[in-house]
Amino acid sequence: MAQMTMIQAITDAMRVELKRDEKVLIFGEDVGKNGGVFRATEGLQAEFGEDRVFDTPLAESGIGGLAIGLATQGFRPIPEIQFFGFVYEVMDSIAGQMARYHFRTGGKFDMPIVVRSPFGGGVATPEMHADSLEGLMAQTPGLKVVIPSTPYDAKGLLISAIRDNDPVIFLEHMKLYRSFRQEVPEGEYTIELGKADVKREGKDISIITYGAMVHESLKAAEELEKEGYSAEVIDLRTVHPLDIETIVKSVEKTNRAIVVQEAQRQAGIAANVIAEINERAILSLEAPVLRVTAPDTVYPFAQAEPVWLPNYKDVIDTAKKVLTF
Amino acid sequence: MLPGIIKIVIERKRQMASKAKNAQLDVNKQLETIDQQFQTLQILNEEGEVVNADAMPDLTDEQLQEIMRRMVYTRILDQRSTALNRQGRLGFYAPTAGQEASQIASHFALEKEDWILPGYRDIPQIVWHGLPLYQAFLWSRGHYQGMNIPDGLNIYPPQIIIGAQYVQTAGVALGIKKNGGNTVAITYTGDGGTSQGDFYEGINFAGAYKVPAIFIVQNNRYAISTPVDVQTAARTLAQKAVAAGIPGIQVDGMDPLAVYAAVKQARERAVAGEGPTLIEALTYRYGPHTLSGDDPTRYRTKEEDTEWERKDPLVRFRKYLEGKGLWNQEMEEQVIEQAKEEIKEAIKQADAAPKQKVSDLISIMSKNLDANLQEQLEIYKEKESK
Repeated sequence: MAQMTMIQAITDAMRVELKRDEKVLIFGEDVGKNGGVFRATEGLQAEFGEDRVFDTPLAESGIGGLAIGLATQGFRPIPEIQFFGFVYEVMDSIAGQMARYHFRTGGKFDMPIVVRSPFGGGVATPEMHADSLEGLMAQTPGLKVVIPSTPYDAKGLLISAIRDNDPVIFLEHMKLYRSFRQEVPEGEYTIELGKADVKREGKDISIITYGAMVHESLKAAEELEKEGYSAEVIDLRTVHPLDIETIVKSVEKTNRAIVVQEAQRQAGIAANVIAEINERAILSLEAPVLRVTAPDTVYPFAQAEPVWLPNYKDVIDTAKKVLTF
Repeated sequence: MLPGIIKIVIERKRQMASKAKNAQLDVNKQLETIDQQFQTLQILNEEGEVVNADAMPDLTDEQLQEIMRRMVYTRILDQRSTALNRQGRLGFYAPTAGQEASQIASHFALEKEDWILPGYRDIPQIVWHGLPLYQAFLWSRGHYQGMNIPDGLNIYPPQIIIGAQYVQTAGVALGIKKNGGNTVAITYTGDGGTSQGDFYEGINFAGAYKVPAIFIVQNNRYAISTPVDVQTAARTLAQKAVAAGIPGIQVDGMDPLAVYAAVKQARERAVAGEGPTLIEALTYRYGPHTLSGDDPTRYRTKEEDTEWERKDPLVRFRKYLEGKGLWNQEMEEQVIEQAKEEIKEAIKQADAAPKQKVSDLISIMSKNLDANLQEQLEIYKEKESK
């Protein structure tokens, strides 16, 4: 086992799959010689050649179309969208085309594509780079949306995503790329898509979250512990499809819940989680399920990020409202 | 005194600089040169006379007859599809009459193993590539089995989002190249499609990766109602190839021989590893954009319709073949009868398709249904069993 950052774990997952299956291809802007702007594909072109790992012209829709065409010719493409804020340029290829191919062809064509893309706040990117747009993706039937929060999860989830025969949007939070290291097994292992992970067990309240907010929630749980509250932290890992079973099981145990997301408030993952809880576990609840989210503004300029992004203090405040309801 | 070599370098730099300046100043000449470079290829004129024997493709008598047969059949298919739509027996339909040379002759230049990425008007090409006619009818009606393409047919579902087929074609052709195949990917769009970003991205990717792709633009003058001169200042759509660094050819799209010759050459280049080609076919759709309420009299004149009907591909090809003793009234009637009969059969087959259920639609959402979809599937199955 090696200590790895999340980005090293991601690179490792791709290396494992490039080696295992010659149909796996990686392409995108600057992913070749340069190894990607975050170095996620560092060394992969040198190891596997320009036929397997290659640069594309600067055109996101073209990258999406290339992936679809290659998938129909028997390949397993892993296109990189350099920043997920650029996804609007490739929305047709993703939501209009690859998500529908299986359906439109009466179940004939598979779309074994993993669209990898960095997103998320807290690293002072320029405008239009950091938005949390997973809600847009989750609302599109036919897409799976995966967001890892740790190096270990990132590798296992990415390997599963690459082996999946349906399109997967794999979103990598930029702040987590190098924020900490973790033991990551060598070689291959998979983590089932669509399964949440209980990152911390507790009995008084369920904090349901994903991505970078997992770490804010864990920090909040530690603080709450000092005040005598036992918080359970659930990392969704896949935000679509939701692991409703794990969510409901936890809420039935703790009888209280909050949902924490970095994305803006309206119509997102948190709203969906709460709707599922209402439909399936309302009689278990001792208090309303509240949300911790960013406000409904445009993603702000870099210097405003620290005041705009939700943090562990917001999680504590909201959790206490629910705990003392 | 400067050393000789440095003097030469400085002199060359001066020359290059002055050359660049001249080029910028003479922009009108640049546009003229482009116009001269993109002339229309015609082999058979409106009277069915060979006007360009040098470009004549190598086709046997049987092949010439087959192109005619398919064009006549396709014209009947268009007439019957229109009638069936008006009777409420077909759904979405985009008329094809007028475009037979562009569609049929371009397809005729392909091999069975080639891959077709059609637009929604390009049903004839995929039917001639092997898609059972009843499936085309099912697709028109909005039945999910319509584009469940039988094994061994290299056909993609008709594209609805104008231009999206162009970027996908780059990917299909790159896949062919990586798999070491000797086939091509061919795609179709219209004049309006060349305004889309995906059009440029598709031809640019294909050029950059030098893949075996053929991009056909059926310039039928109108994108629904918008005339081609509102789409672009470019005098031809073929010249858009220049920006992608690939060949662009403009052909008389009412002349089956010119269309065939251009596509045949593009195919040969593609399989020889010489990369993609853009082909603009000048054509016309006699009917409306689709049968969903478009009225072409709002944006086209009777005179323009008549002018284009005089260029009709069936008329000129019939004259040409009759002149060679390869076609007659009896043969034509035979094709018409056969087409009517087969269309009638295909409609019967389409009528026999199972009624669609929500549970069917859920089942085809993805390769592996997730737990939430599985739950919804059970709910609908329960409902449907009552």
